[in-house]
Amino acid sequence: MSFASFDEFLAMGNHGLYVWSAFGISLLVLGLNGLLPVLARRRYLHAEARRLRREEAL
Amino acid sequence: MNWTWFHKLGSPKWFYEISGRWLPWLVGAAALLLTVGILWALAFAPADYQQGNSFRIIYIHVPAAFLAQSIYMMLAVAGVVGLVWKIKLADVALQQAAPIGAWMCALALITGAIWGKPTWGAWWVWDARLTAMLILLFLYIGIIALGQAISNRESAARACAVLAIVGVVNIPIIKYSVEWWNTLHQPATFKLTEKPAMPVEMWLPLLVLVLGFYCFFAAVLLMRMRLELLKREARSSWVQAEIKALVGKGI
Repeated sequence: MSFASFDEFLAMGNHGLYVWSAFGISLLVLGLNGLLPVLARRRYLHAEARRLRREEAL
Repeated sequence: MNWTWFHKLGSPKWFYEISGRWLPWLVGAAALLLTVGILWALAFAPADYQQGNSFRIIYIHVPAAFLAQSIYMMLAVAGVVGLVWKIKLADVALQQAAPIGAWMCALALITGAIWGKPTWGAWWVWDARLTAMLILLFLYIGIIALGQAISNRESAARACAVLAIVGVVNIPIIKYSVEWWNTLHQPATFKLTEKPAMPVEMWLPLLVLVLGFYCFFAAVLLMRMRLELLKREARSSWVQAEIKALVGKGI
């Protein structure tokens, strides 16, 4: 651990705003990139399931 | 030399099956490496003697910048493969990798700006490295826009492949920009031929995060490509069987 206390960890030696915003934005970008394909796949499969049910009903 | 493996790799069905087996491992590796790397970078790596704690931004800035350039080179390779061997999977890879590359390039620019403010006193300077990286972002956006603007799939694939190949001249410019021109940007921390210009407790978390970013990219790319294949090959019998199986499972 390179920090003595949690407050010091948050402060990042007066660079807290820069470090935390940079890491926050990065996590957001990584999270979006990981989540969007999963949601797109689910949406597509739901649409396909509806199409299959429609075709069976005919 | 026997080239059957190469054409097998180009077969959508084969790719879909093999990527389905790799995907869980890549997702697991990416999650593990990114979690360990980020905690290590934020809490355990020592502060820089000159830059203090703002230097911790290197741990996401460098992996994002590496990835932005690697993905672009991958686009160019996919472009060559698509043009020369007419393998359709190459276009799927190119189209699906481009948005991830654009995000990584934007991330490198944003984290660079946030790092620049406390270190150089400016969010942005028009120097060679930063400008070349901005051009890379525009190239990515150009490829994405071109791929969506042309409705004929084959023409779009050809146009994107050509743009990706032409734009690859920008990659050596980015790499050598810190040596060719006077710049505020610090030179490379890692070189393949030399010892890193950092103590081991500083570069080890960086290595973990670089690997984590690459695994993350591989996992996201495979997810995107697999969905795109299901859409593009919707009329082939293996996709219809796969869709039925997936829908039957209630996903």
